Amino acid sequence: MDILIKNGRIIDPVQGIDKKGDILVEKGKISQIGGTIKKDKVETIDAKGKIVAPGFIDMHSHLREPGREDQETIDTGLRAAVKGGFTKVAAMPNTDPVCDSQAQVKFLLERAAEVKKAGLLPVGAITKGRNGEQLTEMEELKEAGCLSISDDGSSVDNADLMRRAMEYASMVGLLVISHCEDRELAGDGVMHEGFWSTVLGMKPIPAEAESTIVERDIQLAEMTGARLHIAHVSTAKSVAIIRGAKKRGVQVTAEVTPHHLTLRDEDLKEFDANMKVNPPLRAAADVKALKEALKDGTIDAIATDHAPHLESEKEKEFDYAPFGMIGLETALPLAARLVEEKYLDWTGLVEKLSAAPARILGCPGGTLKKGEAADIVIIDPEQEWTYTKDKVVSRSSNSPFLGWKLKGAVTDTIVGGKIAVRDGKIA
Amino acid sequence: MKKIRTKWTKKHLLGIEELSAEEINLILDQAQGFKEVLERPIPKVPTLRGKTIVNLFCEPSTRTRSSFELAAKRLSADTLSVAASSSSFLKGETLKDTARNIEAMKIDMIIMRHSCAGAPYFLSKWVDASVINAGDGAHEHPTQALLDVFTIKEKLGKVKGRNISIIGDIAHSRVARSNIWALTKLGASVTVCGPKTLIPAGIEKMGVRVACGLEEALKDADVLNVLRIQLERQKKAFFPSIREYVKVFGINRESLEKYARKDVLIMHPGPINRGVELSQDVADGKYSVILEQVTNGVAVRMAVLFLLSHMK
Repeated sequence: MDILIKNGRIIDPVQGIDKKGDILVEKGKISQIGGTIKKDKVETIDAKGKIVAPGFIDMHSHLREPGREDQETIDTGLRAAVKGGFTKVAAMPNTDPVCDSQAQVKFLLERAAEVKKAGLLPVGAITKGRNGEQLTEMEELKEAGCLSISDDGSSVDNADLMRRAMEYASMVGLLVISHCEDRELAGDGVMHEGFWSTVLGMKPIPAEAESTIVERDIQLAEMTGARLHIAHVSTAKSVAIIRGAKKRGVQVTAEVTPHHLTLRDEDLKEFDANMKVNPPLRAAADVKALKEALKDGTIDAIATDHAPHLESEKEKEFDYAPFGMIGLETALPLAARLVEEKYLDWTGLVEKLSAAPARILGCPGGTLKKGEAADIVIIDPEQEWTYTKDKVVSRSSNSPFLGWKLKGAVTDTIVGGKIAVRDGKIA
Repeated sequence: MKKIRTKWTKKHLLGIEELSAEEINLILDQAQGFKEVLERPIPKVPTLRGKTIVNLFCEPSTRTRSSFELAAKRLSADTLSVAASSSSFLKGETLKDTARNIEAMKIDMIIMRHSCAGAPYFLSKWVDASVINAGDGAHEHPTQALLDVFTIKEKLGKVKGRNISIIGDIAHSRVARSNIWALTKLGASVTVCGPKTLIPAGIEKMGVRVACGLEEALKDADVLNVLRIQLERQKKAFFPSIREYVKVFGINRESLEKYARKDVLIMHPGPINRGVELSQDVADGKYSVILEQVTNGVAVRMAVLFLLSHMK
């Protein structure tokens, strides 16, 4: 059925639009945008008081299928995605088996097509099995449908291999997404090295475990001409390095997670394993630097790093729990705090969640241009709600934000012209 | 036994950080009373009769475990010891399940030592019993700090204004952290000293002075609390060799004669690596109060068990 969205505040950074108006979706595409539109035999959504924006695109998510369907499946993951306003999700390849061949890529695309919720953008691995030794057949991965590659979960430790990977990827035309972490510097650390790791007696991960590899990968990108995207930037040090590289004209982009913008190392004093993440929650000064970086464009995108884990896996002594928290369903309200805190306006926020990811990945979407597939999110910026376990759509509920009162909610999500979420409920 | 009006309101003893100076002094005063009990021919009081106290030790221990067990027995409580190394932990049973299963046998208190920081906090969320931290990773070892402070107070009359130097592997030491909290709360001046690789980030913000070398740490010190150096640290490049560690940081007659006051008190939480952080003669010397620490430990732990059981 065609859809008419009325009375919303339309925000489209790509077209430079921020004004009240209607949007008409016909045959899955945006057919009219702006002004007052009248049409009958349509599903009408009243977006009065709400923001109508291009559907969010998550550049960094772990959907766990194949291999850990107990934590999340493509079905439950893409449902969580649309609930959070995401119309496309980039799925990281550290599944079991690893997504390192056309068969794996095609499996993911098939499953996503069956599920019919958000679109899935498979991220292929850089090395076979993510073993850090052998390059994947990148041309094949691209043909099968990958726009990017990553060994996320770890860095490619061998600098020479990373250099060749970037050279090859730039030849094939794939974005290289780098999880920057020096394995030895990080060691068996579990939280940011600083006053708080000292007070809590927890094994530390220094900021330099991230920043030294950010520096390395940027230099390798400069050398090879590759398009590099830095995953989950967490430190002021990394921000400074990226800022300098952009000034020099290096083709580097960067993302930050909502949790790195919201929580700090001090918040670990209750030893809540749901706050155990990699890279770890950092110090207040780092959080400030990340927000400034979003404001001045050093960081281009907000990506969730949605990482489901079972309750039984997280309900452990802090050291023994796995790293990661879910984030698809809380991204919008947490990111919206940046607007409250005046680091971004709504256009800027939509840019970070939608336009920039599309541009960086090179995928369609991120805009409400006429003729484009209708991937749309409708947001109530004033709605206050409490994130409780019964509301969680993801199969896992490892979130430290459970119990938080949040402001800002996705009320409706449209994917390819089909309503996926209506009035806060999955359709 | 002197009757003290109990102002203890905490259900658990997880660390010194959350205690006030008054609460620390309350424990010390109570411990003084129990020390007198321990000197009687029958060193026992019926105070905790009918209570069941479980020792859950997931890491090896001589002093702390024995000390807690004796403390409980001296108070007439029933004790149960679960050593992780011979329990179903080996079969993969989680801490949460272990604790809840034991609690299902109706117990009042769990004393836990664990290699992970935060484990007692985690435990306290899953059991109704009182939880006492007997050491959690590098985080805290509250009863050790309490008995250390008790010993200093007993020997020197007061803690306030005294200079205490903690020497050794500060980074990995729960004893150091708990002592820093207790001593600074009671107004002592604390200095930490050790290889730079073993001084953790930002420790000055805990209110301590970081000494660059033994000379600075020993000069004017009233007490030296010498920490055990873990020989495995040498394998991970924290220092090049034991030989060099002893040369630069070893507390022995030479270093004491060079830098310290003659009557400086020597403390050590045990176990001692004789000839490494502490030489034989200093460990057994005139100013060593190491064994007194152990004696005081039982009294302090009796005080802790008593106060937690009678929490209002």
